[in-house]
Amino acid sequence: MPNLRFTEKALSEWMLGTGSDSDIVISSRVRIARNLQHLPFPLLATRQQSEEVLNLLAKVPEDQDNKSLGTFYTIELDEIEPIDKKVLVEKHLISPSLANESQNGAVMISEDESISIMINEEDHLRIQCLYPGFQVREAWEKATSIDDLFEAEVDYAFDDKRGYLTSCPTNVGTGLRASVMMHLPALVMTQQINRILSAVSQVGLTVRGIYGEGSEAVGNLFQISNQITLGQSENEIIDNLHSVVLQIIEHEKNARTRLMNDSRLRITDRIKRSYGILSYAEVMDSKEAGQRLSDVRLGVDLGIVEGPSIPVMNELNVMTQPGFLQKKFGHDMNSEERDIYRARLIRETLAKA
Amino acid sequence: MLCQECGKRPATLHFTKIVNGEKNEFHICETCAREKGEMIPGTSGGFSIHSLLSGLLDFETAGKGTASSVKAPQSLRCEECGMTYSQFSKIGRFGCSSCYKYFGDRLDPLFKRVHGNTVHVGKVPKRSGGRIQLKRKIDDLKLELQQRIQQEEFEEAAQLRDQIRTLEKEMAGQ
Repeated sequence: MPNLRFTEKALSEWMLGTGSDSDIVISSRVRIARNLQHLPFPLLATRQQSEEVLNLLAKVPEDQDNKSLGTFYTIELDEIEPIDKKVLVEKHLISPSLANESQNGAVMISEDESISIMINEEDHLRIQCLYPGFQVREAWEKATSIDDLFEAEVDYAFDDKRGYLTSCPTNVGTGLRASVMMHLPALVMTQQINRILSAVSQVGLTVRGIYGEGSEAVGNLFQISNQITLGQSENEIIDNLHSVVLQIIEHEKNARTRLMNDSRLRITDRIKRSYGILSYAEVMDSKEAGQRLSDVRLGVDLGIVEGPSIPVMNELNVMTQPGFLQKKFGHDMNSEERDIYRARLIRETLAKA
Repeated sequence: MLCQECGKRPATLHFTKIVNGEKNEFHICETCAREKGEMIPGTSGGFSIHSLLSGLLDFETAGKGTASSVKAPQSLRCEECGMTYSQFSKIGRFGCSSCYKYFGDRLDPLFKRVHGNTVHVGKVPKRSGGRIQLKRKIDDLKLELQQRIQQEEFEEAAQLRDQIRTLEKEMAGQ
């Protein structure tokens, strides 16, 4: 029987902690891509070959010597309902491509959901560590130690010149993608965001909006990640991201201070309006929810809104996604129904907070 | 401005397409864009990282196709999984790890463009990567040796030299 504990709750256990700078940095994620020698990449693998990959990799965390890692729960994607796949994607525990396109795809998730190991995604193996707050270094340390455990038991595709070989040329070398999810409402309100984001893209990092269509950021959430994986060491990549994120945190803090000095009344009004609307509205589309939740989160950070904690706000971000709403209320719904259930879920959650 | 496709709805998507230096501007509404399957960033089935990459690769083939020192890309083929270079340049993904070997140096311009680099300098697997770790260590020692010699610290230099010899023997033995 596939294990479904991970799709019941919106908030992963790890998200209950907050980590440093959690008023601005929501989470830090590191992902390492690896492939096995002598087997074609998942793109060209036959069913038999991808099964071989699954068998070789799935047993590694089970190994007696690796019990220090804790318990892992294995979910084979073929064995779960589409709705559960959707929830796993919304919780960032698996990628959309693992959910929808994989053959013999599987994920091994740790007890607290901070580690997820994907098998037969675009690459044979993808190790992901997701930590709350600004802990990109810690996430890297964890991911690389898990990588070592796998490397001790399986033969990786590695080349002296190109490094770790991956299916997509954008991942070759370190196979490392490190990213930080940031909440930047003040930089958006003061219209500095575009200037900062374009500066970021000039130092080998990319930015994209979260949950939004394309580059549009719903809820003022932005994901900053490294673009280059070849020709820089892992430490350089992590340090580079770290120092850029530190600077963005500084800019966001300054912008918040300035906003509160220059237009305290306007900001307070905006935050309390959003809090009021979320507490009482009967219909709420995802875009409005994103914006209002962002306002309230800022209100929590600035001490204007008392009651909901940061983990509650994190929970709401996941709970108001389409897949989770349908899972929670147990049936398919069209977008109008979703807006009604979304409003209800937010009302109830805020009333309890 | 009205959509140039249907002429009814207002144009909400404006983009410029440059293909082989030829510039085309489009002003269309979202409905027509979807019907035409034109790229709307972020929508599925549209613009993807792989199609962007294959753009880079096509450019590479077009620009360097006549160079005599390299094999014609069309005939390049990975003997392991059977993927041809032209297939690779369409889908933007390798079929297996041997593709890297068979496509070899032809990949340099692509990596240069994507990463600004062509050579890995990061982590090395402990087991299978022993050789490259040794090589890196030897390179580091050689660099230090040069410095010692320049500073006329010959005693330390001699020690380094012996160390390098031992490591080189070890590497030859592997």
